[in-house]
Amino acid sequence: MPVAPTAAERFIQGILPENPVYRQLLGLCPTLAVTNGLKAAMTMAGAVAFVLFCANIVTSVIRHLLKPHLRIVIFTLIIATFVTITDRFLAAYMYDMSKTLGPYIPLIIVNCIIICRCEVCASRQSIVTAGADALGQAGGFGLALASIAAVREILGTGLLFGVQILPATWPNWVVMILPPGAFMTLGLLLGAVNWIELRRSERADKKRG
Amino acid sequence: MHYLTDIILIALGAALINNFVLYYFVGICPFIGVSRRIDMALGMGFAVTFVISIAALLSWTITTFILAPGAPVSKWVAGFFVSPEAAAQVDLTILSYVVYIFAIASSVQFVEMYVRKFYPSLYRSFGVFLPLITTNCAILFACLIIFSRIVGVDNPADAWDIGRALTLAAFGGVGFTIAITIMAGIREELELCDIPKPLRGAGITLIVASVLAMAFMGFTGVDSGLRKVLAPAAVESAQSAEK
Repeated sequence: MPVAPTAAERFIQGILPENPVYRQLLGLCPTLAVTNGLKAAMTMAGAVAFVLFCANIVTSVIRHLLKPHLRIVIFTLIIATFVTITDRFLAAYMYDMSKTLGPYIPLIIVNCIIICRCEVCASRQSIVTAGADALGQAGGFGLALASIAAVREILGTGLLFGVQILPATWPNWVVMILPPGAFMTLGLLLGAVNWIELRRSERADKKRG
Repeated sequence: MHYLTDIILIALGAALINNFVLYYFVGICPFIGVSRRIDMALGMGFAVTFVISIAALLSWTITTFILAPGAPVSKWVAGFFVSPEAAAQVDLTILSYVVYIFAIASSVQFVEMYVRKFYPSLYRSFGVFLPLITTNCAILFACLIIFSRIVGVDNPADAWDIGRALTLAAFGGVGFTIAITIMAGIREELELCDIPKPLRGAGITLIVASVLAMAFMGFTGVDSGLRKVLAPAAVESAQSAEK
């Protein structure tokens, strides 16, 4: 039986080796929908991180009380509660951003990353492990969102965080901030990540002889 | 006449112009996961259309009668505890997300049991997809749009009635079915192509989806053109009101 990974290992695994977007293909709806600007993407990543962390902690605390056939419902209710908190918070303190993100904040409830982490990790592990796991996955999700949003914002508007990056003569590729650009960017970045992974495993094979 | 125009525009908007998958990016998981074969894609599409319509009925009813500020049922219940003026201000909208997800999860469970018992052949064709649908964002997304069209409007007379809500949901489901079936057709042909190794699977699917989304962008503006054809008087009065 393999040794269960420790808290630190889980944290590192979430960021790159088991990146929720690039490696597990989870939570693609917000990944595509809110990445036309880096600011919106980072707000989204923050919201997901908060919900994921709280949901993981609460699930871990009540893990001995969970009944197997009811657990998914319980997870969903916990997540929905924290999403409501996030949504009200954003509406109160970042009104413009909450208007921009619109229905994608409530849609965090059905984000597969969070349910998946509750099911795979938090419902079996102690609070510390679950927390570290949540932070790692949230970090990986944030990294993925940031990479996609940066590509789309720079190519689509020539700006990054609203600051001019490319020369003003840059012909804005408007399609990049429209829906087709989202699919295209994620598809190509996914290909790039897979390519790096393939190269690495090939090199490792060669070294082994 | 005005009502019919509205229904047609909502239906077209949900199915083609603002396609749920290719414009709003909801329901991406099944769009990528279950689009390998046309028959499976069709089954998934029908299942989603079915559940989304039921969820829309439920969420419209719950929102109108219980959750919206001053809704009849919550007003009546609160009337037992507080003064009538305070009862009219009861606002349960903060509970909406929890209530919707609960309604969706339980209705999916009921639909699954009902279909399995009374329509075994139908269950064999799309029953396996039903549990997956609980976490399909398209369903919750339709509920949220309906919610915003009931609670978010300034004038209570503009709030959507059940016909509009049901049209949006059902045609959103149809749009999902169209998108996922086209995708499955393309992917069946892609099996024969020599795709670069890193792009195999999800990568090439996303790139094809990008081209599809570009094609669906061609529908942009169809709604305003149609509105001019169907209800020229309403458009003119709106324009003169703006001036």
